[in-house]
Amino acid sequence: MNRFDYVQPKSVKDAVAAACAPGSAYLAAGTNLLDLMKIGVSSPTRIIDITRLPGLNEISWLADGSVRIGALVRNSDLAYDARFARTFPSVAEALLSGASAQLRNAATVSGNLMQRTRCAYFQDLASACNRRQPGSGCDARGGENRLHAVLGWSEHCIATHPSDFCVPLVALDAVVEVEGPNGARDIALDALHALPGAAPERETTLHPGELILGVRLPARGAIYASNTRYLKLRERTSYAFAIVSAAVALEISGDAIRSARIALGGVAAKPWRAREAETSLENAAPTPEAFAKAAELALSDARPSGDNAFKITLARKIVARALTLARDGTPKDMPALPASPFSATLGISHAG
Amino acid sequence: MSLSVGITINGERHAIDLDDPRVTLLDLLRERLALTGAKKGCDRGQCGACTVLVDARRVNSCLTLAASLDGSEVTTIEGLASGDVLHPVQAAFIAHDGFQCGFCTPGQIMSAVGLIAEGHAGDDPERIRELMSGNLCRCGAYKGITEAVLDAQKAQRTGNRKDMA
Repeated sequence: MNRFDYVQPKSVKDAVAAACAPGSAYLAAGTNLLDLMKIGVSSPTRIIDITRLPGLNEISWLADGSVRIGALVRNSDLAYDARFARTFPSVAEALLSGASAQLRNAATVSGNLMQRTRCAYFQDLASACNRRQPGSGCDARGGENRLHAVLGWSEHCIATHPSDFCVPLVALDAVVEVEGPNGARDIALDALHALPGAAPERETTLHPGELILGVRLPARGAIYASNTRYLKLRERTSYAFAIVSAAVALEISGDAIRSARIALGGVAAKPWRAREAETSLENAAPTPEAFAKAAELALSDARPSGDNAFKITLARKIVARALTLARDGTPKDMPALPASPFSATLGISHAG
Repeated sequence: MSLSVGITINGERHAIDLDDPRVTLLDLLRERLALTGAKKGCDRGQCGACTVLVDARRVNSCLTLAASLDGSEVTTIEGLASGDVLHPVQAAFIAHDGFQCGFCTPGQIMSAVGLIAEGHAGDDPERIRELMSGNLCRCGAYKGITEAVLDAQKAQRTGNRKDMA
């Protein structure tokens, strides 16, 4: 790890001012940043510890029914907040399907949004990586790439965004509140993470020095509370990143779906909203045929970036399965194995 | 640049001058305070051997900067027992053979203490396994570990009831 200056600003204004110096990085819990600094992938010369900033640690319910989650709220505190979990159960399930209990106790909401890809070539300084070192190439293209992107990738980068949390958030139209040198602004979460194109080093649409203050979930998301799921296929049942995942939400009235929300994780450099698939379900009966069609549409632009054509099939299946489980109703209690496509329906025990 | 932080560790207040902000909580404990119970396994937050409680929450001490902990309370494996009387989780790990080589054990025990305090597992072994997944045991003592956590939780519950009576 390189040496760095450490500052602990007392206000958002001071933090933003400090971050305008080149080489600066914001530090929250550090569960991703410190790891990347230890392996030399990230080498900021100035660390701005934001954990003592006031007012960023609260879950606030606004008058219109929307919720504002402070940037420093810990993943576990949000997932276990009773009102939040009741109102946005697929978000709670996604949070509890990610990382480990220790990491969830530390990791923050804004840190989750800002975490970097887990592409092995990004993390290996001996490999070419356009995201880490612009213009150096992409060793993932011809390498071990079975877990890489199938949507929105480019010849320059095929990495995926690893977050679970962001997947239901983007499905529910989350908005990111930021403050920067030029004042405050809102960014739709769907517009926060950038697709690689020719400049994969530009990972987000944040401007230099901008700091995330919180995430807002609109009240409308709450109408889906009784029919929503997050499902995640992993190579281990726990403590693993998604191969593919899906967050879905259905508004069902009578025999028909009034509206639907669908987003995919593990497939692209951003949480992937599938709007065309959503539209196909409007006014449709919640049948296996309708779900299969939606799943087909959600992956219609997908193409393998390497040895990962299987992910397209898996992603279709996880969308259809998530829609089926959502139709059957959000589980009353958090499943013992959150987001596992196996446990809830089949009663499978994975150990013991 | 020197940073001064005050951290309470196992009930004892330490005034610490850090000459380097890179020091993690794990390195502070092991290298500067001779508390070598928390182990450095992967040093990347993947194995859980470094698990300690910070302000009563279990975290990976290898991914926590000591400089950020001014005013915090830290509990390590060394702070669990009362004199010669083992903490119920320690006793249960012995009773259920919840280890073989022992390297991961301090982290397992601190994680189990955190898990029981969080109170989300109930008596469901599946939930306990899920909530202990951040602690790897390469000897594969998971069966004993799960039983130990279940048993310690029960013992603590009964103990609490006795305290109340």
